[in-house]
Amino acid sequence: MTIPFYVAPEQLVRDKAEFARKGIARGRSILGLDYADGVLLLAENPSTALHKISEVYDRIAFAGVGRYNEFETLRKAGIRQADLMGYLYSRDDVTAMGLATAFSQTLGVIFIRDPKPFEVEVLIAEVSEDGSEHRLFRVTYDGTLFDERNYVAIGGKAEQLTAALGELWREGLTLKEAFEVGAEVFRRAEGRESDGWEAAVLDTSTGPRTFRRLDPSELTAS
Amino acid sequence: MNAPVPGASFTDLLDSLGARPTWRGQPGDKTPSTPEGTTVLALRYYNGVVMAGDRRATEGNLVAHRRIRKVYPTDRYSAVAIAGTAGLAIEMVKLFQVELEHYEKIEGVRLSLEGKASFLARLVRGQLELAIQGLVVVPLFAGYDEREERGRLYSYDVVGGRYEETDFGSTGSGARLAKSFLRTTYREDLTPEDAADLAVKALVAASQEDTATGGPDLLRGIFPNVVRVDSDGVSELGDDIVGPLAEHAMESIQ
Repeated sequence: MTIPFYVAPEQLVRDKAEFARKGIARGRSILGLDYADGVLLLAENPSTALHKISEVYDRIAFAGVGRYNEFETLRKAGIRQADLMGYLYSRDDVTAMGLATAFSQTLGVIFIRDPKPFEVEVLIAEVSEDGSEHRLFRVTYDGTLFDERNYVAIGGKAEQLTAALGELWREGLTLKEAFEVGAEVFRRAEGRESDGWEAAVLDTSTGPRTFRRLDPSELTAS
Repeated sequence: MNAPVPGASFTDLLDSLGARPTWRGQPGDKTPSTPEGTTVLALRYYNGVVMAGDRRATEGNLVAHRRIRKVYPTDRYSAVAIAGTAGLAIEMVKLFQVELEHYEKIEGVRLSLEGKASFLARLVRGQLELAIQGLVVVPLFAGYDEREERGRLYSYDVVGGRYEETDFGSTGSGARLAKSFLRTTYREDLTPEDAADLAVKALVAASQEDTATGGPDLLRGIFPNVVRVDSDGVSELGDDIVGPLAEHAMESIQ
């Protein structure tokens, strides 16, 4: 019988965290920000086929950075949980809070239990029905859950993006202004022009299903 | 959240969790008396479909509900109308609605109209055991085919048989009456307004001969549900539009 090498838990967690952070840093970042009619989610994404932002429920959207297959697994699990809750109880009983804690649980367990942690960071946005404050949750690779206000960024350049958002974001932006703020924030953090946008909104003025994909050319054109 | 992955179908997800509502009876069991939805119909106009249903549910010779809804939008480009055991039918519609939305979110694209129609056939077939005991659900399905750019409609039978109709379809107790009315009045060049008018008139015609079909109730302000599907998507006509149509239809039979 071979005796496994002893690795101190601190060392193990540190190694896994470093591994996950490196994986995430390789991908591109995503940001979410409140605007007058809802929440804008903006990702730098040259692909028009593979989405990083998607609809989860009537007023809830999901965005993920990192390994595609891993955040795709989480996205599908989130949609399943949301549709199940809404079907068994009521559509009103599906909340971003419930989903965010479920993602947090799942990622936390995977981080501790599995040899390789998920190299992802996810964002859950929810617009409020009555026009009060929207919800933005961020869940990191180890399951840590953050409740953000007004704007949020995930991915390798999250810190720089958040700092730039802090300077540029203001209340009551129009959609076009919000997109311009987002683009400028990316420019400052990355120091270069984007090579393609993926953008979507949760727009409270569009009826019960608020999620809508945007064609960024329509935003930049005018 | 770590349930086995059943693909893009919500119904399969429910089955895998054992959460699908089921009703199992034994042969020879006395079938409970439950409200029954009666007449619904759909007809095509040049680029879409209008669906309409009366508001009555009956239980034997009694009126069980006066304001039941039998026509439901199911996603952006489709709608379903139901006849038969109301409780089972409403549950079927609810599951169908979630199924379509779930597929669209998981896959990132909507099912084709043909795909939606054949999934509904599967749901109807799943009820066969109950149908044999007398708890029958027969829907009508209509939608706008985004690929072929035209309105299409399908009728069903109890075993899940699916039949595409070229101009109109109807199901429920007053279906034969509604169909014979439409057979003499239907034209291929209908505008959406004409189609809605004709749909309401056909329901009124059915209600004159079939006691289970509720005509418009002008006294209580109860009017048929009318839903329209075309390239702009699905929309429900409000009582402000259906009310005058119903009044007009009632006058024309006097």
